[in-house]
Amino acid sequence: MTAAANVTEESGNGQRENFQVVFVGHVDHGKSTLLGRVYADTGSIPEGHVEKVMDICRQQGKDFEYAFLFDAFLEEQQQGVTIDTARTFFNWKNREYIIIDAPGHKEFLKNMISGAARADAAVLVIDAAEGIRQQSKQHGYMLSLLGIRQVAVVVNKMDLLDFDEKRFRQIEEEFSSYLKSLDVFAKHFVPASAKKGDNVVEPSKAMPWHNGPTVLGALERFEKLPPRADLPLRFPIQDVYKFDERRIIVGRVASGTLSVGDHLVFSPSNKTAQVKTIETFNVPIPPSSVSAGWSTGFTLDEQIFIERGEIASLADNPPEVTSLFRANVFWMGMAPLREGTTCFLRLATREEEMKVTRIHNLIDAETLQSAGSMGEIPRYGVAEVTIQTKHPVALDRYSDIETTGRFVIVDGYDVSGGGIIMEPLEDELQEFRQEARHRDFLWRKGEVKQSERVTRYGHNPALILFTGEKGTGKARLGRILERRLFSGGRHVYLLDAKNIQLTLGRDLSEADKIEMVRRFSEVAQVLLRCGLIVASTTNTFALADHQPIRELVHPHKVITVHMAFQKGELPEKTDLDFLESENLEEAAKTIIKKMEDMEILL
Amino acid sequence: MDHLERLENQSIYILREAYKNFDNLCMLWSVGKDSTVLLWLARKAFFGHVPFPLVFIDTSYKIPEMITWRDNLAKEWNLEIVVAKNEKALAEGMGPEKGRIECCTALKTVGLELALKEKQYNGVIAGVRADEEGTRAKERYFSARDRYNDWDFREQPPELWDQFKTRFAPGTHVRVHPLLDWTEINVWEYIQREKVRVVDLYFDHGDGTRYRSLGCYPCTGKINSTAKNIPEIIEELRKTKVPERAGRAQDANRGMEMLRKGGYM
Repeated sequence: MTAAANVTEESGNGQRENFQVVFVGHVDHGKSTLLGRVYADTGSIPEGHVEKVMDICRQQGKDFEYAFLFDAFLEEQQQGVTIDTARTFFNWKNREYIIIDAPGHKEFLKNMISGAARADAAVLVIDAAEGIRQQSKQHGYMLSLLGIRQVAVVVNKMDLLDFDEKRFRQIEEEFSSYLKSLDVFAKHFVPASAKKGDNVVEPSKAMPWHNGPTVLGALERFEKLPPRADLPLRFPIQDVYKFDERRIIVGRVASGTLSVGDHLVFSPSNKTAQVKTIETFNVPIPPSSVSAGWSTGFTLDEQIFIERGEIASLADNPPEVTSLFRANVFWMGMAPLREGTTCFLRLATREEEMKVTRIHNLIDAETLQSAGSMGEIPRYGVAEVTIQTKHPVALDRYSDIETTGRFVIVDGYDVSGGGIIMEPLEDELQEFRQEARHRDFLWRKGEVKQSERVTRYGHNPALILFTGEKGTGKARLGRILERRLFSGGRHVYLLDAKNIQLTLGRDLSEADKIEMVRRFSEVAQVLLRCGLIVASTTNTFALADHQPIRELVHPHKVITVHMAFQKGELPEKTDLDFLESENLEEAAKTIIKKMEDMEILL
Repeated sequence: MDHLERLENQSIYILREAYKNFDNLCMLWSVGKDSTVLLWLARKAFFGHVPFPLVFIDTSYKIPEMITWRDNLAKEWNLEIVVAKNEKALAEGMGPEKGRIECCTALKTVGLELALKEKQYNGVIAGVRADEEGTRAKERYFSARDRYNDWDFREQPPELWDQFKTRFAPGTHVRVHPLLDWTEINVWEYIQREKVRVVDLYFDHGDGTRYRSLGCYPCTGKINSTAKNIPEIIEELRKTKVPERAGRAQDANRGMEMLRKGGYM
């Protein structure tokens, strides 16, 4: 039992780890041979297998090659399926290595990318004789976009060049400067001959000038990087559970630490609440905090409505919220990605309609130079773009926080591209959004919670905005609606912007219209916080002014009702539209129906 | 975080993604160690609840202890079990003597297919691991199956970071594999740490043999082993060079590739 007890202790110490390494490089630069060597020389090939392959080679009059060994090993492990990324496994000193062998052929780049996206580290193989080739650079570039920080470069087939140090140094210099321009720092450059076994597992006698590690040594020197507890808190909401009396908000801590008592702010809704408990299953004492990497759940002190896609953070360091940003994207779809095409953005747990408004330039992975833009990104192309989302999303710069700074693009049913955020841009509503965020984060709440008001009043607060030309019946419909809602026991107030102009806006002229919009919105949002349904009918504001109003009363629900003399084009984000000639009692009923559908009226 | 905590938290994340994105979800539970660990992870992910049915594929050739054990746990943990059984093939006398691949296809693949069709599941969680055998090494966490249940492993969409395939054409479904990155040893280490209950057949009871992998009794062999408890199993696995599924007949001669392409788990 002594041995068994040791095993238990060892695993209990957490010393053992799983480590995923992706092997990439230009086709025919010797990845299979290198892997064959690593497996053979670490004793990871089943007994008798090497001899078997040697026999076959002898029968066929071929020289024995380690690539055959690895391919045969694969054949056995993979049952002949050799196209696509495959995973193989070997144990070495407390580590279970999962080796992802990514094909060098360009057609398989999407498999290489899938494999590399989950790797802890990468080994890039370059043929010493052929030197740096297109795929060497392209793979290097993809590693940097995917955020693989730990890279070792193996300069293989050194035997073909009589183990010439000069040639090795030349490749080392050229390639490390290429990687440096991508912010990738190769931890090691290893001159090796997979065929002869030099510097694979055993140090080479032929290359005494090499002071660094062998290939296996380079694998051992890779570190298992801890999740980023040192960064600001980001908790993308994955789901909200109500299996029992608890309302548990679940997700994984992407960065930072979440603690009981934290005052959280949720973006982009700007809602705030305090963490009451951290929930677990089968744990005697629930933890008082959880850090990056943990899938967890928590309850709040207040029942606020939040949903999947929002990001919780602390107020002093929230993510950015915008609908416009610059990004570097790589495209894997069969058809090119064109400017203006609608697809879906997925960033952490948020999914949002998006389009590329501008492709600034395609990047040639080889030269890192701009290759111009024809308004589309071809398959396996990389480009600098501007992306616009339909609604604002919470995000970070990739250089600040990786998990909330990267995204995928879904086209049809499939993930077809990926990207990293270089810079959030200011859309035209940024100023108002910032004001609302700042206000909401610092807002001092009263004793009575919003959820209590909703329960008592039987409805959520909402703003009903009437738009349309003068004389189309906005005010008449607004009054009918107010009366109907009030008669139905609802708490409602008709707020004409004219009244704000008379009071808070007394010092403003026509030219200060935007300031007028701001003051109106702030009054409206206070009424909404009181739990009221606010209807607004006015000719003071133009259609364009309704967008700032939405931002400033966000996240309260807004219904836009457009009135016109005759059928025509509707303004953006119109929820309902009526003609001046219509029966307004019926129109009011339709609005009320809409309010029920949107769960404003409960 | 140690390696088991990392694996656990990734699996829980995947389970929650599946639950959020598929409105008609089920989990395959074979009563073996892997899918039982998966069941345990589901209880952790959903705070003691298992919010989807567990599909048990009954070939009628399962080792009897497995059935008793299944029923006891189902009662204790309040589990909803759906038994998938190809009654027609069984009535026509299907069995391993008619050919192993034929038998697996009829009783397991088609058995599952019938249940998927009847219940219209669009998400199917399975406990397969990449290190089990070759075709599983190519799997994605979320893996598409077409309307005929077929798997096209050559044309799989990319899977980046934690963004999975959660959209699918009508009539197709997605297999979800939360344990893909776990190895056989990890499963046992986790069983030990979390004290997950597993069926007794995995241990030697004095005759120097035990099951390393569980399936149907005609096609699953015991291995020579004196491992009587979990630490002894872990120690044995660290030393062995024999693959886990060496005792599983359907794996021989590329059988698994054919089976899995056709919708086998």
